[in-house]
Amino acid sequence: MTAPLDCDVAIIGGGTAGCAAAVRLRQAGMRVVLIERDRCGAAASGVNFGGVRQQGRPPAELPLAIRSRALWPTLNALLGEDTEFIASGHLKLARSDADMAELEDYAILARDTGLELTLIGRNAIRAEVPWLGAKVIGASLAPTDGQANPRVVAPAYARLAKRLGVTVLEQAAVTAARRTERGFEVAAGSAIVTSRLLINAAGMGAAAIARLFGESVPLEAMMPNMVVTEPLPYIATRSVGVCGGDIYLRQIPRGNVIFGGGRGHGDWIDWRSRPSTATTVAAIPKLVDIVPAFCDALIIRSWSGIDGLTPDKMPVIGPSLTTPGLLHAFGFSGSGFQLGPVVGEILSELALTGDTPSPIAPFGIGRFTLSAN
Amino acid sequence: MVGMADAAASLRVAVVGAGPAGLRATEILARHGVRPILIDEAAKPGGQIYRQPPAGAERAGTEIYGFEATKAARLHALLPALASQVDYRPNTLVWNITRDGDGFRLDLLVGEGVATVAVDRIVLATGAVDRALPFQGWLTPGVFTLGAAQIALKSQGVAIGRRVALVGAGPLLPLLTTQYLAAGLKPVAVLDVTPFATKLRALPGLLNQPATLLKGAYYVARAMAGGVLIQSGIRALCALGTDRITGLKFTTRGGKDHVIACDAIAASFGLRSETQLADLAGCRFQFNANGRQWEPVRDSAGHASVAGVYLAGDGASIGGADVAELQGERTALTLLADAGHRTDVERVQLLDRALSRQARFRAALDASYPFPAHLLPTIPDDTVVCRCEGVTAGTLRTTIALRDPADVNRLKAFTRLGMGRCQGRMCGHVGAELLADARNGDTIGAGRLRAQPPVKPLPLSAVLSADTMS
Repeated sequence: MTAPLDCDVAIIGGGTAGCAAAVRLRQAGMRVVLIERDRCGAAASGVNFGGVRQQGRPPAELPLAIRSRALWPTLNALLGEDTEFIASGHLKLARSDADMAELEDYAILARDTGLELTLIGRNAIRAEVPWLGAKVIGASLAPTDGQANPRVVAPAYARLAKRLGVTVLEQAAVTAARRTERGFEVAAGSAIVTSRLLINAAGMGAAAIARLFGESVPLEAMMPNMVVTEPLPYIATRSVGVCGGDIYLRQIPRGNVIFGGGRGHGDWIDWRSRPSTATTVAAIPKLVDIVPAFCDALIIRSWSGIDGLTPDKMPVIGPSLTTPGLLHAFGFSGSGFQLGPVVGEILSELALTGDTPSPIAPFGIGRFTLSAN
Repeated sequence: MVGMADAAASLRVAVVGAGPAGLRATEILARHGVRPILIDEAAKPGGQIYRQPPAGAERAGTEIYGFEATKAARLHALLPALASQVDYRPNTLVWNITRDGDGFRLDLLVGEGVATVAVDRIVLATGAVDRALPFQGWLTPGVFTLGAAQIALKSQGVAIGRRVALVGAGPLLPLLTTQYLAAGLKPVAVLDVTPFATKLRALPGLLNQPATLLKGAYYVARAMAGGVLIQSGIRALCALGTDRITGLKFTTRGGKDHVIACDAIAASFGLRSETQLADLAGCRFQFNANGRQWEPVRDSAGHASVAGVYLAGDGASIGGADVAELQGERTALTLLADAGHRTDVERVQLLDRALSRQARFRAALDASYPFPAHLLPTIPDDTVVCRCEGVTAGTLRTTIALRDPADVNRLKAFTRLGMGRCQGRMCGHVGAELLADARNGDTIGAGRLRAQPPVKPLPLSAVLSADTMS
């Protein structure tokens, strides 16, 4: 056992949020240690759908998503790598009149929060989006939404953090963590990390970390079912979701179609997740209903990952209610990729000043821990 | 005994692969009253080694298989003899395996449709493919693998060109050379990248299996007598030509460059086990330094690390066709014993003795054809390694240097290596080798690409087709 690594802020979890927080805190002059169980970006941050989407989020998340969206075009310059971010726009599709009514209601809510959506009705949809199938009767377009490559983003943040002088401990699973007189002590792999502040951004593993500090959040393992085809002629120029969320797809300019919907399976205790054949088979007719031109494609790969799902499908972001100096950011419930950059900002602001300009009150951990009593 | 017969009939076993290992396993299972499902991608049984010509192109076995014609004939006769005792599913791909309670669910692509079978136990006899290695010009039309050249010869009775250069490492090189000569075709050159001295050092071990050694010697002698240019210890290769192969430049052991005119090149560098299904079934893997590949852990009786999964033949570890047959039989007997059947103990002992003799020979054979790591640094930066995604050796080397990928899966994530149609079956090991080459030869640290379903491309139309079978 080597001497403890001492720092100002220890971060558990090398996903996008944890890595982005590490970068920001280091830029502010903090000594930072980033602790990752596997490799940075190996879990939900690295294997998700790649949607950079504001549309469809609960209204409480929109201010954060809008702030994060402003960061996405700056990431290539910040990270020195191409995140493959494109503002392709995001279409949320209606397949029934009830769906269309839902889209209309949401557009009003979103406008109040500052997100402009364009409704495309039954008459306009064929002309404006000719590649959609006949079962689609309308859509809501978020022109500023887009997509990026999830395999690139978190590892690029981690590399930037390293270049800036953050100590990154990979393949260092946390085995113990406790509050000490002057801060925190974390046992991770063969290292002991001591710090003034501690950030818990451990994804599905975060509930176990929170529990060490007396906070119990009912987190469920969520394993998406992701599939990709061989490259096809590039026609689906916008990212696509549907009311009900049972299918989502995007095509990248090189032609591959990535689609998801439903769940994979696995065992999160071993951090093992697999796509499920039944889910893949169920998603295929839905995909072809939306874009009939894809009917002859070949699937070349499918995968899953593990994210933490909260009962209200919204994340926990903010300070611990039991332990001064502990900050939480987890439970992104399958839609955290877009938020990663802003969550890094918010965590850094909270760590440095105790406050953030973003409205995070709806994401307090107390909504689970207090009501449970 | 009635109970026993019932138990056998109700035991659901799938054998994947109808090469020598899978066919023998199937035979043993069927003879003990189990009606195995035998699933194979090809239209006819035999695997790659005993591949049968398609209907209308039949020829004499001796012409196609040479010394091995008798073995081929015996294996080809198995399924017709067993008839309804086997549920034989040709033209069928297993594209995914999922554990399902104590058993397994196999997802199949059958012609134009999909199907699923549920079984209690599986025998994976998935065989091997050529180990390809990029070299300058290797994507020029006219470059094949040795295995592909052999398939063309066995299946259709054709050569890959008029003036063919055969290049590589491993036993397939002399074998194909002889098959070419036997078919009345004379290659312009046979270039072995392994130094002759390496093979000489392995000679004592090879004497464990003198018949096979003699066959090898016979092959080489026959080629030399035929006036074929034979060189070993080749240091570098470069295929010449733009639209078509016009020649092959190679650097000799002594460091001299030579150019030979040819219009086709067959090149591969040993064999690589097809392990994706074992991976999807959740089997534990270990690195075999002799064969230079990651292999599913297999005990000498044929068990994989996952209960209910059995491994046999080249799909588990490269051992050749004879070992595959022995392992197929041995593994089936293990499975039967595990399931509570009475099996012939003496036969098991006999098989184990034969297999341990073969293992000594195999270790020597591996030593005589080591992976030609010396070729890795000669792959030019602008040479494409991953054909599906167009990833060059230079991109891989730069990414390794700048982004410090932990293993080949991260190298894949950063570069798209192995993300195309073949899912890294052809290029994944090259990515790992380049990673190891940049890190003092740490092949274990470079790791292996994790398998993801489907094992081979799955058409959406197969899932959409209404007449999906059960």
